[in-house]
Amino acid sequence: MKYTSLTISDPDQLIYGTAPHPITTKHGMVIGGGMIYPELNFTLPNIKIEKSSMPEIRRHYQQIVSESLQRAAELESPGVVLEFETLPPMTEFPEFGMDIVKILLDGIEEAHGKYGLKASLRCTPNDNREFIRPPIMRSGRYWEAMLELFEKSAQAGAEFLSIESVGGKELHDDALVNGDLREVIFSLCVMGVRDMKFLWDHIVPIANKHGVYAAGDTACGFGNTAMVLAERQMIPKSFATVVRAITAVRSLVAYECGAVGPGKDCGYENPILKAITGFPMSMEGKTAACAHLSPMGNLAAATADLWSNESVQNIKLLGGMAPTCYMEQLIYDCRLFNQASSDGPEAALQMRNWLVKSDASLDPQALIISPESSVAIAQAIVSADDHYSAGIASAREAIRIMRDSSEKGSLKMDTRESAWLDRMEDELDDLPDTEEEFIEEMMEDVDTDKFVPEDYELPVLLTV
Amino acid sequence: MSNIEDLRTAVISGKRKDAKVLTTALLEQGIAPERLLEDALIPAMTVVGDKFKRNEVFVPEMLVSARAMKESMKLIEPKLIEAGIKPKYKAIIGTVEGDLHDIGKNLVATMWKGAGFDVIDLGVNVTPSAFVDAIETHEPDIVGLSALLTTTMPAMRETVAAVKATGKNFKIVIGGAPVTQTYADEVGADGYSPDAASAVDLAKSVLAA
Ligand code: B1M
Repeated sequence: MKYTSLTISDPDQLIYGTAPHPITTKHGMVIGGGMIYPELNFTLPNIKIEKSSMPEIRRHYQQIVSESLQRAAELESPGVVLEFETLPPMTEFPEFGMDIVKILLDGIEEAHGKYGLKASLRCTPNDNREFIRPPIMRSGRYWEAMLELFEKSAQAGAEFLSIESVGGKELHDDALVNGDLREVIFSLCVMGVRDMKFLWDHIVPIANKHGVYAAGDTACGFGNTAMVLAERQMIPKSFATVVRAITAVRSLVAYECGAVGPGKDCGYENPILKAITGFPMSMEGKTAACAHLSPMGNLAAATADLWSNESVQNIKLLGGMAPTCYMEQLIYDCRLFNQASSDGPEAALQMRNWLVKSDASLDPQALIISPESSVAIAQAIVSADDHYSAGIASAREAIRIMRDSSEKGSLKMDTRESAWLDRMEDELDDLPDTEEEFIEEMMEDVDTDKFVPEDYELPVLLTV
Repeated sequence: MSNIEDLRTAVISGKRKDAKVLTTALLEQGIAPERLLEDALIPAMTVVGDKFKRNEVFVPEMLVSARAMKESMKLIEPKLIEAGIKPKYKAIIGTVEGDLHDIGKNLVATMWKGAGFDVIDLGVNVTPSAFVDAIETHEPDIVGLSALLTTTMPAMRETVAAVKATGKNFKIVIGGAPVTQTYADEVGADGYSPDAASAVDLAKSVLAA
């Protein structure tokens, strides 16, 4: 483990807009330097992405960038980040993706020239490796195309490189629907950690070569899948909460490999990572309900340095095109937070505490990323010897927090939910002490046809 | 003496080993395999499915029952085949081309299996021609398509057109977060369901129509 102590150990220092290691963009935005900025994310309406539809697709993105940045300028936003999260064919065929990167970068420069607006682009290629089953993780055309888009977008001037990587997900979906904590830990802390290391050891040099920021990964496909399933009452919230705590161990690896933030919006594990690394983080909450529902709409903002809407289709709403409307909402959210900060540290802390308190008692998934819980889980992670032990430690800490809070009456939890705390604790108690023993056990149990063990540096079992 | 009620209870409570032992015993007692299916397994999964609809159990608990049913089916299925008894409905399901989201689709498949359908799951990123091939091979009564991305909804439209062009007699139902009844009507599907729990009722109603 690279981090053996916390950068932010006092929960009161874990606050929106401020990070110990801020990041300065080309146009002079200082992310984590005392101010929270909006990060707008957008997507296409119902349209197939192919060569013949590219002219229409280009028009969508041209409209998105020009109208949303114009609104940002009209509302005098001190700065804004745009995230271009590609859709799968845009990474599979990097020329499609690059077409859009250029449109967005041109739009950003135009807005800078016209209005003096400070804007910056985050490029998030897709992790398409799982298009082949079992996924080929370390070579092949999906891997090559993904690296090509990273490289070319960085070269063109996308200042932040991110991804929602999928290493370990081959087993994780089943682990979730089966409520299998052991398999969750294997997917995230054994498979996920190994793939993250391999992946970010490639992304960080690309960012460094082009003088841009390796911004970070998220365990979206893991933690947010769990969150959406819990939101629909398909799996217990207490289980999704523990999954969230464990995802921090996987996402941390990007920073261990040299990523510096701002962490990507859909990583609800980001407050834990901010406590460990001190890097700024993007978060999404109530203003991302256009993309998915969540139980921490206010609390998510408490520690954010960028405030995002996650994704909205370019469709017409009564107020204007949806991305422009969301730009406005994000800007107003940020104005309020920044106003509190400019009234002084006490006002900022008061604002942060309101954001936390308004959600924390209603859902364990919110509680677990409150500043206090984040620091506690972060501490459990950095105190562990390796990623496997860190996964177990973060799970135990999450269970402890839920149990204590529910006993104190500060967390609402019904018996159906709390029964899972005992079940998960029993599962953790049964885990072996070392990662080596764990791998040995798991390779006998899991469906090894679903993934390529060599791509995870895992032993191939010889069947006689 | 074991009875059918015990088997139903074993499946409801997800007791795999009990389900296996009881099925073996009941078959040895000479109970017809179709009775075990119709009077124990399907009613058990209906109870579990209803509990799930009412948010009384979580998916992991439902899947424990599904696995217990599977254990029993392993013993019942060969007998059914021997006796020339086919499941009432055969279904093909898959996520359309370009789309890798499958959790929702898998749940629909589980629910259909629980209702006694013979389900052939084609997986994710299934091209229209792969659907067509599967239809030619398996001659299903119903075909289910799932799509989660707005950008793969056109693939759903293409798939509906391609499978209809086979001229075979089956119903098409669709679902997934961005899909709506209006879209189903527009692309010519026979039905749309917003969730896995109602996908069984939907399938039964379009098949009865
Ligand atoms: C046959 O008859 C029927 C009948 C009913 C049917 C049916 C068929 N199929 C479904 N139903 C219905 O019954 C089910 C059970 O009740 C329901 O199924 P659902 O699937 O709706 O519900 C599931 C039980 C739980 N829901 C889910 O599992 C989907 C949840 C969300 C968060 C989601 C997840 C989990 C994932 N994702 Co994706 N993902 C999102 C989703 C957000 C959302 N609002 O839906 C969405 C759909 N994803 C999105 C995106 C952008 C992407 N995803 C991607 C990847 C993933 C994961 C792999 C990480 C993961 C999928 C895991 C898996 N194995 O399926 C990528 C695309 C991959 C690809 N090529 O498909 C990627 C492009 C992200 C990226 N940067 O790479 C967005 C779509 C945007 C758009 N333009 O449409 C998205 C809305 C999230 C967002 N807010 O931005 C009903 O819809």
